[in-house]
Amino acid sequence: MPRHAISAALALLSGLAFAMPLAAETAPQDVSFAEDGLIEAPLSETAGDPENGAAIYADKTSGNCVACHAISDRTDAEFQGTIGPALDGAGDRWSEAQLRGIVADAKRTFPDSMMPGFYKSSGYIRPGDAFTGEAGSEPLPPLLTAQQVEDVIAYLATLKE
Amino acid sequence: MTTTIRLNPRAAMASVFALVLSLPAMAETEPETTDPIVINGGEIELPTAVPAPDHLEGAFDQVYSGWLFRDSETQAMQLDDFENPGMIFVDQGIDDWNTIEGEAGKSCASCHEGIESMKGVRAVMPKVNAEGELWSMEDYINDCRTNRMQAEALDWNGDRMKNMTAAISVQSRGMPMDVAIDGPAKPYWEQGKEMYYTRYGQLELACANCHEDHYGDWIRADHLSQGMTNGFPVYRLKQAALVSQHNRFRGCIRDTRGETFAMGSDEFRALELYVASRGNGLPVEGVSVRH
Ligand code: HEC
Ligand code: HEC
Repeated sequence: MPRHAISAALALLSGLAFAMPLAAETAPQDVSFAEDGLIEAPLSETAGDPENGAAIYADKTSGNCVACHAISDRTDAEFQGTIGPALDGAGDRWSEAQLRGIVADAKRTFPDSMMPGFYKSSGYIRPGDAFTGEAGSEPLPPLLTAQQVEDVIAYLATLKE
Repeated sequence: MTTTIRLNPRAAMASVFALVLSLPAMAETEPETTDPIVINGGEIELPTAVPAPDHLEGAFDQVYSGWLFRDSETQAMQLDDFENPGMIFVDQGIDDWNTIEGEAGKSCASCHEGIESMKGVRAVMPKVNAEGELWSMEDYINDCRTNRMQAEALDWNGDRMKNMTAAISVQSRGMPMDVAIDGPAKPYWEQGKEMYYTRYGQLELACANCHEDHYGDWIRADHLSQGMTNGFPVYRLKQAALVSQHNRFRGCIRDTRGETFAMGSDEFRALELYVASRGNGLPVEGVSVRH
């Protein structure tokens, strides 16, 4: 989808959201994954914002996807990781439902993946309280909120070859 | 792991999805060179790559010093003892070695004479003691202080302890790491190995994810090494201080958004043994310089 079409769609959606009561979100423990790891239903009612998603992708304190991945046009990110595959063209390779599943809990798509689950709150070994090194208690707040996951997916969907 | 496979995700991922699922994770790059660390204009030469110990068969062919993964400025600081910021702490440790302290009126030197008598000690630490417990160098130091000198135990992560471990480590510089992993050490080694492959914290990352599967890769601005301990205690530029092994482990587990173990805990002693054994054959570098 060309950029102006996205913004047009977004303008429309945000207009809608404005008129509605606070958007409902699916809690991490209530997310339903299809057998191959994908998640059909959006996690929040407000459609994802690709620009926000692009920011979350590189933000050290939220997504920090750039720690492991590279995207060729992200010259704004000073260092890009080489742990995971480059994400150029991710929007061609994967449907939104697949991307949602990968971001929420990549191990359901790629068994034993190194990629952390960004929308998950329990089932950890020695869960900590963020980066303090102290114990945290489950359920932990997920690494990204439902809306942030939707924003990141909206961004990934724009990554076309 | 002599061949490096780099998938072109653009071409490969979509079409051979099933294949991708079954491929093990591979490090992107082996070090470009494995030149030795030449110190003080050739006085000391430390190899940076040696054949991996037998117990790592299937994981590594070669084990590498963390020095290879640092930038050239950091590397250079380890090439001359006057440039190496850790050496000043070695001197402080040697002063302490010779200082009488405690009710018994003794210094380390009263029993052990010159600190050169500690040659070889660092290469076999941690080591099971006469009672069958696994002890780190810090434990042996504190045992001497409390029982033989009747002085106070030093803090595991305190400056005096780090200075003393640094001073003792340097005596073994160049000797290959050679920790025992069988006999009474075996159960500790098994415990450490289990920990090495456990995915801790909210990021669900094991030591092996970063240091076995992805050494040579970049995790943002950090160039991942094999996480070897033969350079410890290291002088870390980021902290502008000596860093002990347990402190490093603690930082790495904290970075998984996990609850760490305490420095000086039985768990970290076991992990220390296992990680040391992965580097068996690499020379003692301590005091090394790292970013
Ligand atoms: C700690 C490393 C790490 C982090 C952080 C990480 N990923 Fe990944 N990611 C991976 C790895 C490794 C893979 C390859 C899949 C596998 O494990 O086999 C992957 C795969 C993917 C894929 C599919 C790859 C493709 O090109 O087909 C997408 C999409 C993706 N990640 C998006 C993200 C996003 C978005 C974030 C942040 C919200 C993120 N990743 C954070 C390691 C990571
Ligand atoms: C999220 C990735 C990650 C995980 C997981 C991780 N580390 Fe590290 N570790 C690093 C980084 C980054 C460095 C600094 C660069 C380097 O030397 O690799 C480092 C450095 C080290 C060093 C210092 C190496 C040197 O030459 O000075 C040791 C030892 C080490 N790690 C051990 C461990 C152990 C043991 C574990 C598991 C308890 C572990 N690491 C888990 C990222 C990680």
